[in-house]
Amino acid sequence: MTDLAQTPAKAPAWRRLAWILLPLLALAGAIAWIVAADPLQSFNNGAPPVEALTFERTILDASGIHLLVRAGGSEAMTIAQVQVDDAYWNFTQDPPGPIARGTTAWINLAYPWVLGDAHAVIALTRSGTAFAHEIPVAVPTPEASSGQLTAQAVVGAIVGILPVAIGLMFYPALRGVGRSGMNFLLAVTVGLLVFLFVDMSLEAFESAGESAALFQGPAMVILAAAASFLILLAIGRWRGTPTGLALSFYIALGIGLHNLGEGLAIGAAFTAGSAGLGTFLIIGFAIHNVTEGIGIAAPVLKARPPLWSFVALTLVAGFPAVIGMWLGSLANAPHWSALALAVGTGAILQVIVEVSSYLVRSNESRVSSLLSPPVLGGILAGIAFMYATAALVKI
Amino acid sequence: MATDSERVTRRGLLLGGIVAAGSTALAAQAALAQAQNGHSMPMPTDAPADPYAAPAMHGGAHGDMMTVGMVDYAANGFDPVQLLTDWETGIVSQMADGRTLRSFDIEAIDKELEIAPGVYFPAWTFNGRVPGPALRAKEGERLRITFRNNGSHPHSMHFHGIHSARMDGVPGAGLIGPGEEFVYEFDAKPFGCHLYHCHALPLRRHMHKGMYGAFVIDPDPALHPEHLAVAQSRLLGSPQNAAWQEMVMVMNAFDTNFDGGNEFYAVNSIAHAYAKQPIVIDKSRPVRIYLVNVTEFDPINSFHLHANFFDYFDTGTTLTPTLRTVDLITQCQAQRGILEFTFKDHEPGMYMFHAHQTEFTELGWMGMFDVREA
Repeated sequence: MTDLAQTPAKAPAWRRLAWILLPLLALAGAIAWIVAADPLQSFNNGAPPVEALTFERTILDASGIHLLVRAGGSEAMTIAQVQVDDAYWNFTQDPPGPIARGTTAWINLAYPWVLGDAHAVIALTRSGTAFAHEIPVAVPTPEASSGQLTAQAVVGAIVGILPVAIGLMFYPALRGVGRSGMNFLLAVTVGLLVFLFVDMSLEAFESAGESAALFQGPAMVILAAAASFLILLAIGRWRGTPTGLALSFYIALGIGLHNLGEGLAIGAAFTAGSAGLGTFLIIGFAIHNVTEGIGIAAPVLKARPPLWSFVALTLVAGFPAVIGMWLGSLANAPHWSALALAVGTGAILQVIVEVSSYLVRSNESRVSSLLSPPVLGGILAGIAFMYATAALVKI
Repeated sequence: MATDSERVTRRGLLLGGIVAAGSTALAAQAALAQAQNGHSMPMPTDAPADPYAAPAMHGGAHGDMMTVGMVDYAANGFDPVQLLTDWETGIVSQMADGRTLRSFDIEAIDKELEIAPGVYFPAWTFNGRVPGPALRAKEGERLRITFRNNGSHPHSMHFHGIHSARMDGVPGAGLIGPGEEFVYEFDAKPFGCHLYHCHALPLRRHMHKGMYGAFVIDPDPALHPEHLAVAQSRLLGSPQNAAWQEMVMVMNAFDTNFDGGNEFYAVNSIAHAYAKQPIVIDKSRPVRIYLVNVTEFDPINSFHLHANFFDYFDTGTTLTPTLRTVDLITQCQAQRGILEFTFKDHEPGMYMFHAHQTEFTELGWMGMFDVREA
């Protein structure tokens, strides 16, 4: 410590600035030298540049097929020709010209696509490298009309809001439970959250896999989930560990983000035409999500929250499904889906931690309470129930 | 058709970056190609109300089903329309015994060709073009082909004809390494519509990289008194031959992503070339097509003529048709033949011809005859 005390007074500001500028100038100089001197020239083996093309959106309408592509090659890419179903077709590109790395362009094809059929699009670059995109079931892409938005909002409400509200209606019945009953309900909540965590992270990685390489999908998912977990944990513990209504809201938020992801998936399925969204599927989602309402209600069983808070909890947990539906069908891209799902995964992890810690704190036996038969049974019951009801909605 | 992964690994990208550092010239060419492609066509705005209605067709008989843009023929060094009638007849001299010696100079060259608008293929060529020069000689002549390999791989010229084993262009008999030279010498026989191609191994790779060409031997009328008029009409340079409109068509294809399936089909290499620049036909004169199939990967190719029928001489080794009055023939790999037809009684107009494998047609193998009054 004495050494530190003896260090000279702060250097003048200009000198500190110079010490920041010097390495930056060195970097700029190095880049200039690399560009000018081309020290990598001896590695040039005549191989063509690496090319990558990601199809991010597909729109089918009266004027044909429209595809949003993102270039990810080592240099700007030129789309020379486009095949649809093994035939070359005239196309326009907007904006025209080579597509710079990381940027997007629309490919427009006046192709007479056939309702309900599958179509395969192949973009050929300058080198003749082929990038394929499958349209599994051709259906007109939903447009942002008020009628379409309303219809999607209704589906979103059935999938997200309705089941949460029904789950919360168990509140009066559950209020009377004793200590071990309470433990069981909280454990069921943890179980269902664990299921959602696993389900959602897998979906996040799936979306990440479909996104352009430059987004570094899997790394983005893990880091975004970790960041969202830490931020929510920090906010939640700003004034002590969350309990009661606050904890319920955190659960609602985590579930809400999960429902956003679910909405995105259903919306995207709408657009892709891959899911004829049957009544059966919608009912499946509703049953699947009723548990979420029970989970949200668990922490406030010993409190007496005002009625408005139930409405607010329902909307926080359920309404994101509607937003997800809209985004998923109208303006989605795989990297945005992956990011949204990753943030949701982090949020779910936060509530798993908080509900578990609440469970531990409200029991005298503390940590060993987690291994008590009602708690372990509850966790397994929660996971099992979610897994079983998920079977209704997986195709 | 298999396709490349839509993603690249981080390592792959890094390697690509290294390669890219020295390839600015390639990038400049890429920009040029795109500029030709004419992507300024606006999207149709007067879309019909019915979302399932097919978009309105425009662009003539082929509609929108066509490659975009034009190939830079000057940069390729050959124009497919000129290729049709560009016979390589070599240099003629007399041998000591009085026979005619016909000499050809052929060179193997690696060359990047624009095989469809904006799509470049790293081809191996004879004399810088694909298909290679259409060699033409007369039955009975002595042929001397001086072959220099200026390419990066071993190559040869394997002629479909009658010759000795030493002249066969296979490993050990005329297959030469880069920088080497070999002289093939044999008699021109039998008359017919033949081909030559590189016979280096792996054969399939050397074929589909572009190493093939037509090899036509005209019948000597003096040897065929029973079909004198036919033989005379087949002999290039004779007055009877001048009445015909002859052209050579080599049915070929390119596998641009090297997945064992072709991305582009054509006659004479350039996809849709004769659809965009129809072949002008004088309806008063008969048409003779020397047709060769060198398509790789697909076992057969075909030729179908619209609104007309033709006589077909399989391999061209007979002076009477082997098939009469047909509008479609098939050829397996390396099969070839002569088609003869006329539009004499037709009204002028655009008459389509194409492979009748619709996949080949829609991937570039279709063209038009623009039949006109003389």
